[in-house]
Amino acid sequence: MIGLEHYLTVAAALFVIGIFGLFLNRKNVIILLMSIELMLLSVNINLVAFSSYLGDLVGQIFTLFVLTVAAAEAAIGLAILVCFFRNRGTIAVEDVNVMKG
Amino acid sequence: MIQADLNILLPEIVLAVYAMLGLLGAVYTGKDRMAGMLVWLTAGLFVALAFYIASATGTRTAFGGMFIDDGFARFAKVTILLSAAAVLVMSQDYMARRNLLKFEYPMLVTLAAVGMMVMVSAGDLMALYMGLELQSLALYVIAALRRDSVKSTEAGLKYFVLGALSSGLLLYGASLVYGFAGTTSFAGIITAAEGHAPLGLLLGLVFVISGMAFKISAVPFHMWTPDVYEGAPTPVTAFFATAPKMAAMGLFARVVYDAFGGIMSDWQQIVALLSVLSMFLGAVAAIGQRDIKRLMAYSSIAHMGYALMGLAAGTELGVQSMLIYMAIYVTMNVGTFAFILSMSRDGQPVTDIQGLNMYARANPVRALSMLVLLFSLAGVPPFLGFFGKFYVLRAAYEGGLAWLAIAGVVASVIGAYYYLRIVFFMYFGEEREPLDRPQSPVLWGFLVASAGVMTVGIVFLFGIENVAQAAALSLIK
Repeated sequence: MIGLEHYLTVAAALFVIGIFGLFLNRKNVIILLMSIELMLLSVNINLVAFSSYLGDLVGQIFTLFVLTVAAAEAAIGLAILVCFFRNRGTIAVEDVNVMKG
Repeated sequence: MIQADLNILLPEIVLAVYAMLGLLGAVYTGKDRMAGMLVWLTAGLFVALAFYIASATGTRTAFGGMFIDDGFARFAKVTILLSAAAVLVMSQDYMARRNLLKFEYPMLVTLAAVGMMVMVSAGDLMALYMGLELQSLALYVIAALRRDSVKSTEAGLKYFVLGALSSGLLLYGASLVYGFAGTTSFAGIITAAEGHAPLGLLLGLVFVISGMAFKISAVPFHMWTPDVYEGAPTPVTAFFATAPKMAAMGLFARVVYDAFGGIMSDWQQIVALLSVLSMFLGAVAAIGQRDIKRLMAYSSIAHMGYALMGLAAGTELGVQSMLIYMAIYVTMNVGTFAFILSMSRDGQPVTDIQGLNMYARANPVRALSMLVLLFSLAGVPPFLGFFGKFYVLRAAYEGGLAWLAIAGVVASVIGAYYYLRIVFFMYFGEEREPLDRPQSPVLWGFLVASAGVMTVGIVFLFGIENVAQAAALSLIK
């Protein structure tokens, strides 16, 4: 029988993978965007699982809002990335280093 | 019923509709030629709405408690709107001269302001999240406003990635809080978290607090601040340092009191830790900085530490002192950035503090105003900044956090060094190639007015004390 705990475990695992993807990845900014998406979607699994467990619709409404915002966020992230690529000619994470200190 | 609800949301609705109409209108008419007019129109609208909001009284809630309009929210909103209007007016000249004045800029600031107003009025995790994202998405874009500059787009990219990470943390916390409290409304959460809370709820609280700490740039979530402040165009930096800080602080107070007021001892230690780390890192890391925008970034980190100290006290006086501190901080920063915006050589903006050598000889009034502001930022009596610090220290001491108050005094002494170093350069530095003579009367006006407030305000604090007290009372029931 698959219960609430299983869903929460999957969501927590995905969330942690997302965070690690953000910090350990040194190659490509696109992978950062994918990691962010992974984090937000793991939250959605959490919300839907809780919603179904509690028998309360609010969690699913929240999920719809999160999906919408995630789409807008990805669009803005890609737009900024395109601008950055035009100026810098690369999207490697280690090249995002003009300012430091 | 719905009519009454919409009436409470009127300022937000007016601003959102205005932003959309402004975008459409500018596209179909003059595009960037309309930008100058739109900046003034937007600033005027902000000021008018600030007066409209300030005239309201009492506590009202809309949409089943999802949106709260009380004294606390109104105090934060008036501060947000007035500072956003000031920054818009200050940026007009700077941006127009550097061919940066796009019509999207005032509209994005308007959308960010709507998001901030929803944040401080949030009574539900969903309203909180939507407000926060509306603000953040607009801010990511204006950080990268200068599309042809590597620095500006890099600042936008960094801000976006770390901001999205913080939103993710906050959201994960929100999902845990929803699951363990069974509701997303703050009124429901506070009954679920009365006395002692289940472990899942505490975990959610920690995630939510770390997400918000990112937004106010409290240590250890401050990494983005110096880079974004340095890379973004200076008027945008001025905006980042004022209104969003007030909004995020208001949201912080709203969440910890309205939703988690029942388990104060649990969050109090986290907030105290954030506070002491921010004060010390802000004071120490700024010492080696030569770029005045990076320096202001560390300065804002330290100032957020002091504001958090008021919050950590967990008393009505604590919230009152936090509000007073934020209002003073925003006023000081508007003046300081009016000065930074006027720093240029051969038409190019200068941000190196060495460029200020012997500034006082050519511009005595500006140098004196900046001296007042820097003393005030450092917390030197008798300027207003000292009274802001005095309030939060007193609140922390009376709230039983004497160690935090002592740490605050030590950190402010360390921090005074880098403010005073700028004063030293302005008055005693070696002679070098001087800066251009600043021309904008608007920037001069804001600089002198802000310095004037810092000196005259010590007599009566402009009555802000009582307003802040009423606001704090409305938050802590």
